[in-house]
Amino acid sequence: MSFISYLINGLSLGSVYAIIALGYTMVYGIAKMLNFAHGDIIMIGGYVVFFSASSAGMPPLLAVLLSVIVCTVLGVTIERIAYKPLREAPSLAVLITAIGVSYLLQNVALLLFGANPKSFTSVVPFSGLSLAGGKLNISGEAIVTILSGIVIMVGLSVFIKRTKAGQAMLAVSEDKGAAQLMGINVNGTIGLTFAIGSALAAVAGALLCSAYPTLNPYTGSMPGIKAFVAAVFGGIGSIPGAMIGGILLGVIEILSKAYISSQLSDAIVFSVLIIVLLVKPTGIMGKKINEKV
Amino acid sequence: MKKSTKFLSLLLAGVLTVGSLAGCGGDKAASDSASSTEASADGEVFKIGGIGPTTGAAAIYGQAVKNAMELAVNEINEAGGINGAQVEMKFEDDEHDAEKSVNAYNTLKDWGMQALLGTVTSTPCIAVAAEATNDNMFLLTPSGSAVDCVAAENAFRVCFSDPGQGAASAQYIGENKLASKVAVIYDSSDVYSSGIYEKFAAEAANQEFEIVSAEAFTADNNKDFSTQLQKAKDAGAELVFLPIYYTEAALILGQADKMGYDPTFFGCDGMDGILTVENFDTALAEGVMLLTPFAADADDEATQKFVSTYKEKYGDIPNQFAADAYDGMYAIKAAFEKAEVTPDMSASDICEAVKPAMTEINVKGLTGGEDGITWTADGEPNKSPKAVVIKDGAYTAM
Repeated sequence: MSFISYLINGLSLGSVYAIIALGYTMVYGIAKMLNFAHGDIIMIGGYVVFFSASSAGMPPLLAVLLSVIVCTVLGVTIERIAYKPLREAPSLAVLITAIGVSYLLQNVALLLFGANPKSFTSVVPFSGLSLAGGKLNISGEAIVTILSGIVIMVGLSVFIKRTKAGQAMLAVSEDKGAAQLMGINVNGTIGLTFAIGSALAAVAGALLCSAYPTLNPYTGSMPGIKAFVAAVFGGIGSIPGAMIGGILLGVIEILSKAYISSQLSDAIVFSVLIIVLLVKPTGIMGKKINEKV
Repeated sequence: MKKSTKFLSLLLAGVLTVGSLAGCGGDKAASDSASSTEASADGEVFKIGGIGPTTGAAAIYGQAVKNAMELAVNEINEAGGINGAQVEMKFEDDEHDAEKSVNAYNTLKDWGMQALLGTVTSTPCIAVAAEATNDNMFLLTPSGSAVDCVAAENAFRVCFSDPGQGAASAQYIGENKLASKVAVIYDSSDVYSSGIYEKFAAEAANQEFEIVSAEAFTADNNKDFSTQLQKAKDAGAELVFLPIYYTEAALILGQADKMGYDPTFFGCDGMDGILTVENFDTALAEGVMLLTPFAADADDEATQKFVSTYKEKYGDIPNQFAADAYDGMYAIKAAFEKAEVTPDMSASDICEAVKPAMTEINVKGLTGGEDGITWTADGEPNKSPKAVVIKDGAYTAM
């Protein structure tokens, strides 16, 4: 029975990683850049929900919606100001800029909100399931996070396959120059990608803080890094890959805590990552694309 | 596409770097929280420095120490100062970070500090104590409880040491028969937490309870405690000992509640502050016990006067850190008077004179109880332990 319990805990932790990883992988897949500020947009999203729901008394759903709007505007603004001028620069320059933006956001948050941790009120209105006479508890947050993860995954896949904007994204990700020649607005498409990625970050922020209800300016950084690992694990750029990578990461983390050592769980997670990447360098769902000469 | 794969492998290495950098953000506020009473020329006043986290995850402790120190300094000045000289204080923020703490120490030294009341938290305190030993600066930490905080001759403390707290907790649980099966969740990446745990485990062998589960977490993995709690639950623990800080403890209480697991939680001084986390549901902390030298609702006159003045001035009920700092400031006064030091002496000369004086004084203070606090030459205080329980969202003496 406790094994099932661990498994459920792993699923719920993993689904939080997955939902963050979806944002990472989306931006990487299309803009071919790693947005290290993603974790910090999550933190900003968390604060927006905290202040509008816990302090101003807005209904949770409305607060999440407001947070989505704020994060989308923030994400697009960051892209315009910090990343767009570097479109033709080496990718390392963009990466360093992203790390810079990440620190900027953390420090602005420190200045605005202070470093005292705040206790977050869950946005999930129901308390979850209790099975087998109270021996097995599944929290409402876990259910909502897993469901949101699946909905977002399916939604994104459909969006990219079936809509014009999605097809434009695919084209930009394959060849920016050729896409532009075909009449696709490359800057607009990348802007849209960031808008979607940041909106996902806002949702992830609300769910992360609901599942683990503490909020400070560094809240997003460690989950952000783990989610990035999850995205690479699943095959970065692949949307189902991010989902699978995130969930696997969470389950491995919890099971190694439970059965091997609670201290070594991070070391074990990263060792598994190294082994997977040695065997399959593009990640679990990553496609190997041969360079044409 | 080949380029991007190569790029990725490079980045994976980069992740670790970012991870190690992640804790370094935020130099803000290192200077804006400094406070000092009226300025005077060198040699006419005693300059006492204070260091602690007034922002950051442990901010509640630093603020409490800063406020109580200010309160004590004002009282001492109103009553005529120390050896006829007024006291000037300056408090620097270290955000519970060792490096920033050493910077704060250097800032205070430039200001002309003659003795240090600090630092507040253990890890920074060890770093600062090493610097203070090189300078032969007298150091009295109100709450740095790790063994190494007072390893040097010039360092003393007001609170119990970590081993002291671990042993006292085990004795308290055993003697009051609070449980027969006990689980522990501790932070193996933190010297404070693992220090208490080790001594607790050693002392538990002499007590009539059994440790059925001892699980660790680290600073990088401090959000999900479901596994540690599940193990404690499966082992049938009736009491969970949490020698950790309140930030993680707040998460543990919430997650245990969600699991439907309701043991008694028992903490140490790091648990103090849990009731003041913004928006925290204090009902979750109902029945939590903690070992502390100070209960704000105690009915002796000194405590009541301190609590009402503190509340009037800072709008908060003081915690044990405030009490430790208040007693610390009075211990400095007592030792300075015993050693008959004067403000024109150098920090090193003061230190030489005060070191032997510390072992001869007895400070009753707020945390001393009936017999007061005395110090041994190795810097440890002697006083009797107390425990409080959280009832209706407030500490209640047991």
